[in-house]
Amino acid sequence: MLKTFPIGGIHPPEHKLTANQPISYLPVPASVTIPVSQHLGAPATVIVAKGDYVRTGQVIATSKGFVSANIHSSVSGKVSKIDTIIDSSGYKQTAVYIDVEGDEWIESINKSSEILTEIKLSPEEITKRCLETGIVGLGGATFPTYIKLTIPAGKKCNLLIINGVECEPYLTSDHRLMLEKGEEILIGVSILMKALKVERAMIGIEENKPDAIDHLTKLASSFKGITVHALKVKYPQGAEKQLIKALINREVPSGHLPLDVGAVVQNVGTAFAVYEAVQKNKPLFERVVTITGNGLAKPGNFVVRIGTPVSDLIEAAGGMPGDTGKIISGGPMMGKALRNADVPVVKGMSGLVVMPLEESERLEVQPCIRCAKCCTVCPLNLEPYLLMKLAEKGLFEKAEEERITDCMECGSCSYCCPSDRPLLDYIRLGKSTVIKMARERNTK
Amino acid sequence: MSNLLNISPSPHIHGEETTRKLMLGVVLALMPALLTSVIYFGAGALIVVATSVSSCILFEYLLQRFVLKKPISITDGSALVTGLLLAFNLPSNLPVFIIVIGSFVAIAVAKMTFGGLGNNPFNPALVGRVFILISFPVQMTNWPVPAGIKTGYADAITGATPLAIIKEGLKNGESISQLMHKVPTTVQMFLGKMGGSMGEVAALALLIGFVYMLYRKIITWHIPVSIIGTVAIFTTILWLRHPESNASPVFHLLTGGVMLGAIFMATDYVTSPMNPKAMIIYGCCIGILTVVIRVWGAYPEGVSFAILIMNAFVPLMNAYIKPKRFGEEVKYG
Ligand code: SF4
Ligand code: SF4
Repeated sequence: MLKTFPIGGIHPPEHKLTANQPISYLPVPASVTIPVSQHLGAPATVIVAKGDYVRTGQVIATSKGFVSANIHSSVSGKVSKIDTIIDSSGYKQTAVYIDVEGDEWIESINKSSEILTEIKLSPEEITKRCLETGIVGLGGATFPTYIKLTIPAGKKCNLLIINGVECEPYLTSDHRLMLEKGEEILIGVSILMKALKVERAMIGIEENKPDAIDHLTKLASSFKGITVHALKVKYPQGAEKQLIKALINREVPSGHLPLDVGAVVQNVGTAFAVYEAVQKNKPLFERVVTITGNGLAKPGNFVVRIGTPVSDLIEAAGGMPGDTGKIISGGPMMGKALRNADVPVVKGMSGLVVMPLEESERLEVQPCIRCAKCCTVCPLNLEPYLLMKLAEKGLFEKAEEERITDCMECGSCSYCCPSDRPLLDYIRLGKSTVIKMARERNTK
Repeated sequence: MSNLLNISPSPHIHGEETTRKLMLGVVLALMPALLTSVIYFGAGALIVVATSVSSCILFEYLLQRFVLKKPISITDGSALVTGLLLAFNLPSNLPVFIIVIGSFVAIAVAKMTFGGLGNNPFNPALVGRVFILISFPVQMTNWPVPAGIKTGYADAITGATPLAIIKEGLKNGESISQLMHKVPTTVQMFLGKMGGSMGEVAALALLIGFVYMLYRKIITWHIPVSIIGTVAIFTTILWLRHPESNASPVFHLLTGGVMLGAIFMATDYVTSPMNPKAMIIYGCCIGILTVVIRVWGAYPEGVSFAILIMNAFVPLMNAYIKPKRFGEEVKYG
């Protein structure tokens, strides 16, 4: 029996249309729009002005405060304006607009394709490099990586877990990266191990990617302390706590971090970015994005400069189908629907799913038949039908007792409800109210 | 951008399951038992089913259309399931008007007054059944014995159910070994060749339905297994202590409504608990109550009452028996 997490979970149709599409480079666009907040935490502060000439890899906004990240120019050219945009999450934020001229990289980046195995930097230097190069978690959470590498006093990390699960349907960017950049990823993992001062790293991959499992297993035999583990296919195995439970059978207590069970989790894409940052001194200004959807003529996996308009990417995939009803940034389970195709690609965008109108429409809500399917699939053993009822009725105190704030918004409950009830919509609402309530209580 | 994009929140995909598909799955799972019933009891079985199903659906329609003035939901399949289950709990020669009354009570009283599907505390089919059992005790305990597919509706030969034979016999001082000659053999009972309500007799057919529902993930094993398990354990204890005054566990499991009740009635979504822990407790309580009523109660059969009694406790169980949440126990590594 393959390992997996024990409670709940679902298995939606995989639709991995682009699993066999090698990663190709999307041409540098004519202009880019680079938002200053592409990470969890405080937005970075812009340090360039209109009219400035910037080069690829140059810092254009510096991190502000502890939880933040540097932002780099992904192209060379002139800053045409600094303005507010509505980002892919629908929030207003500042962005730097750059008109592209050529592609001149800053000299410190090593542009050779040679694989550099030897890790010269010390643990502290690695952490500092991750801060400078603006590395954030590329699985979607975009948490600044250097913070995860800074173990707070009193805590101990003894295991690094690498997330190669890619449990969201449609997405294949991590899968392709593992196949094409396996060695770089493993060097990246070794770098992370060195920074965390751990002897062991486990890479978890779901069994629907046997080629990646084989490939990395073979490569890992020449790396010290790294093992590859096949996992049963089950959503949401890519969630940190579920992955930890699956791999080492430890349960991260509610309200705590993986570090509280001695583990740090990083995504394979992040490991690759760390490799490039540490070995090649390359800041995070491009990433692999899966562009997919059943209506697209040429879905694929592309290396895309941050700030490229989503529409460019859709063009590269054969153009936007006429019946498009939704464009999802991320996977269909947890991704966000975009308002339009003009928004830029950002660090946390692992994929774009273009969905036909018909599929994108919600079905009519029926009464709850109390079938308990939502409870059965909830990976946290919450009772979604109840949480929805409580949120609907405004019984937030009771909802808090029922641990509404534990919900990780995986969407499994809404996915499986035979009555098409919008469980997660209401749970989100309840959750944010409860969090607000708790905050007010604490300030009193 | 010409067309406005839909920006509804995640998840953006939905599973295949719908209420109607689940209900039709239950209907399909009931088919082997219906077939067996027709083979043993003939036309009567079909007449009872047709009456019950059509009147359940009709009452639901009429009430929603004219009384409640609400959207019509008969297509969700739940009235169909109620109609089938009610029929399964009736003798195959029951007069049509009684069936219609039972259907009315099931749909109008037990389901619609509480707000329709999802809100009724008691299993509608069982409420209908118990109502007519109390109102028409003679007709409701006048069980046809299996006489083959050609049996007409009115000319069914009737007799007592095996459970009633045992209950009466024990009351009259007969011993189990004597009584065992008066009831069908274990194999006959397993196949359903005995007197009883039309859908409850064939353990084999009901088990096929159970396996199908498990496979389709319509229900989980918790409730049926805990009911059947508890009845088995409880009756084994009684039987081992006094084999001459207690029927064997096999007899208890194969007769009466244990199988039908455990697999199809107690697992009704609306009226059963929401988490595995509560489901098991609920099932065990039903098992115990069933045996208590059978062995010490006034009625030879107790499954319906046991389920209805436990239905009443479901809201309480849902409120106080909680699943263990992920990460609840603080375990530091
Ligand atoms: S899955 Fe839907 S219908 Fe079933 S209990 Fe949950 S909310 Fe109710
Ligand atoms: S979205 Fe929340 S409540 Fe729903 S299944 Fe996921 S964790 Fe459970």
